[in-house]
Amino acid sequence: MEAYQSWGRYTRASHEVVRPFWRPRSLDLSGLPATALPYGAGRSYGDVCLNHGGGLIDCRGLDRFLGFDRHQGVLACEAGATLAEILGLAVPGGWFLPVTPGTSLITLGGAIANDVHGKNHHRAGAFGRHVRRLELLRSDGARLICSPSRNPELFAATVGGMGLTGLITWAEIQLKPLSSPELTVETIKFHGLEEFEELSRQSDQHWEYTVAWLDALSRQNPRRGLFMRAKHMPGPSERPQADARPRALLSAPFDWPGWALNAWTLRAFNLLYYHRQRPRLKKTVQPFAGFLYPLDAIDQWSRIYGRKGMMQFQCVVPFGQSEALRAMLDLIARSGTGSFLAVIKAFGDTPSPGLISFPRPGITFALDFAFKGPKTLALFKELIAVTRAAEGALYPAKDACMGADDFQAFYPNWPELAKHVDPRFSSSFWRRVTQGQREFLP
Amino acid sequence: MNKVLVIGASSAQAQATARLFAAEGSRLFLAGRDQQKLDDVAADLKARGAAQVESLTLDLNDFSRHQELIAAADAALEGLEGALIAHGSLGDQAAGQADYAVAQGELTTNLLSPISLLTILANLLEPRGGGCLAVISSVAGDRGRQSNYIYGTAKGGLSVFLSGLRNRLHRAGVRVVTIKPGFVDSPMTAHFKKGLLWAKPEAVAKKIHCAMLKGKDVVYAPAFWRLIMFIIKALPEPIFKRLNL
Ligand SMILES: Cc1cc2nc3c(=O)[nH]c(=O)nc-3n(C[C@H](O)[C@H](O)[C@H](O)COP(=O)(O)OP(=O)(O)OC[C@H]3O[C@@H](n4cnc5c(N)ncnc54)[C@H](O)[C@@H]3O)c2cc1C
Ligand SMILES: NC(=O)c1ccc[n+]([C@@H]2O[C@H](COP(=O)([O-])OP(=O)(O)OC[C@H]3O[C@@H](n4cnc5c(N)ncnc54)[C@H](OP(=O)(O)O)[C@@H]3O)[C@@H](O)[C@H]2O)c1
Repeated sequence: MEAYQSWGRYTRASHEVVRPFWRPRSLDLSGLPATALPYGAGRSYGDVCLNHGGGLIDCRGLDRFLGFDRHQGVLACEAGATLAEILGLAVPGGWFLPVTPGTSLITLGGAIANDVHGKNHHRAGAFGRHVRRLELLRSDGARLICSPSRNPELFAATVGGMGLTGLITWAEIQLKPLSSPELTVETIKFHGLEEFEELSRQSDQHWEYTVAWLDALSRQNPRRGLFMRAKHMPGPSERPQADARPRALLSAPFDWPGWALNAWTLRAFNLLYYHRQRPRLKKTVQPFAGFLYPLDAIDQWSRIYGRKGMMQFQCVVPFGQSEALRAMLDLIARSGTGSFLAVIKAFGDTPSPGLISFPRPGITFALDFAFKGPKTLALFKELIAVTRAAEGALYPAKDACMGADDFQAFYPNWPELAKHVDPRFSSSFWRRVTQGQREFLP
Repeated sequence: MNKVLVIGASSAQAQATARLFAAEGSRLFLAGRDQQKLDDVAADLKARGAAQVESLTLDLNDFSRHQELIAAADAALEGLEGALIAHGSLGDQAAGQADYAVAQGELTTNLLSPISLLTILANLLEPRGGGCLAVISSVAGDRGRQSNYIYGTAKGGLSVFLSGLRNRLHRAGVRVVTIKPGFVDSPMTAHFKKGLLWAKPEAVAKKIHCAMLKGKDVVYAPAFWRLIMFIIKALPEPIFKRLNL
């Protein structure tokens, strides 16, 4: 039993692990316990990538490219390749990921299985929209090509299918043309959610990427924030960037003591970010990695939360429900358990081909918490209740504690996914949200 | 160097090295015993920018085909400039101790097969007066230890052969590079528990690639193994024989 954890590091799960180095042509689970689950880079925060007491298929050994059409920007590659590795190939060729989350250190398989979104959701939708086809291995020996037109139901179930429909061995994605690896970035101070929504509305048409940071600690209303919008510089740049990942400037190779992140250091951190900018609007030019992947420069950063680990809360609430957001922010401020990063963004209305896909029109916000046991769990329960009342949803990739009834309310077509789940596949998350079985947290 | 023959091309370390050559637009010729693996590697290297990738499938312990392999590579690449020999097997020390036939198999794969290939390659490049022959040996060849001295014997013998060959080919301008990796996280060592001393194939590949371009003589990868092996080699035999290594 090897120790494979998720990004939040709040659990000690144990698994039997197989690590294929070559793309299997059919699925052989004979070395594994009753159930199996693919594992990518373990960048999910909760338990979607864990299968406590069962088997894991570690996919990082599957990192080969199958083909790259440099004229059309079509890339086929094995599911264990990371987005950073894909960028290393695409960027010098003048192409870019159509959608990327806030870290480049996830795998292609993980990007599809959680149907990840990025700062350009308002224009590009989620990752699944850009998947042309994929190969899926099932435990009955089937080896299937799935696309919006071939095996469309299985394709829809696999996009956002959280690894449960079988093993994705490779996928073909459509990249987007890149004018420059550098971004024009505008950073604008704002006060309150109304100003945020107004800025989003104004920016979404002309800016490829939008996102905002909100001071979630202060109880001051309206809350202060920084709105960031960016687009690629026009014209070919003289300095193509081969390496997507900023060199690890800092690293957290061991668990930091818990007191390193108490309310005071957090408040100071938020203030620092806010006050480093004096004028209301600031324009800069940044390499894409600095803007899109600010935390990738700090290797294993979740370790600064100490041995007990951390949790993230990420929800989306429909537009017009900013009261719910305010209520959640008040709950968080009052709890004083604080948040390192309060990220907020308006999603667009482009639908995903995925059956279970988190992004939907509305405002999403994400906050990190040091895990403090029952106190944190109690707060999360309250936040989940507010989300439910507002008819929003939680993001499975980040979640560690929603109940089965919550999940089933957020994702009413989950029984459709259940029909396509491979009988030999399961996860700690899936057992929690379908059978109410809690393997890590009460 | 942009015409490179990679022998044992399905090896994790060889693949990672070939990727660095591919990114430079090199022309590559791959040899290995598993056609499907070679096809997967070839597709990957082409996508990464290799100008040409061809391959030949053969068991590298089939000495009768070594001449054919090198002739095919030399023809396809229109004059090969470099070769990396990477195939090897870690073997089962206990089985080799119990049965000489097993030990002989290990010596064949890890020592005799590379020597046969190097003999042909050396005689091809020497009259041309240039080129580079890089071979993956191992720190295990620096001193015999009870846990893997059969493998160690093969790698130690290989290192000695390479030092002699380097001496011979120096005048002709053909460079011979001995690579001595420490512990590398690859399929060969999949069943070992990994600790701090373990390196990724990509890290070793950077050293191999750089050593081939610069024509270094003996490279430890990662570099700290030079110090570790210096100490291990310095221990007097009366003490060394008592250790549990
Ligand atoms: C710093 C940081 C920032 C982030 N920002 C964002 C963001 O902006 N937007 C966003 O959407 N997410 C974000 N995430 C979450 C992350 O993108 C997702 O959790 C992603 O799915 C992780 O991918 P992974 O490769 O690490 O896969 P894992 O976390 O290991 O696995 C995720 C899921 O994919 C499945 N899976 C993995 N490989 C395969 C395969 N080959 N076949 C089938 N299923 C497979 C697993 O079973 C599991 O269900 C962020 C995470 C971090 C740490
Ligand atoms: N891993 C380590 O810790 C370590 C340390 C020091 C030195 N080394 C040496 O580094 C080299 C590369 O090993 P690696 O770490 O990259 O492991 P690897 O991925 O397991 O590579 C070993 C390769 O040798 C090939 N091979 C073995 N016998 C063969 C034969 N008879 N014919 C054709 N191919 C044969 C295998 O082919 P198949 O894929 O077809 O099986 C495989 O590609 C080896 O020489 C090894 O001894 C390794």
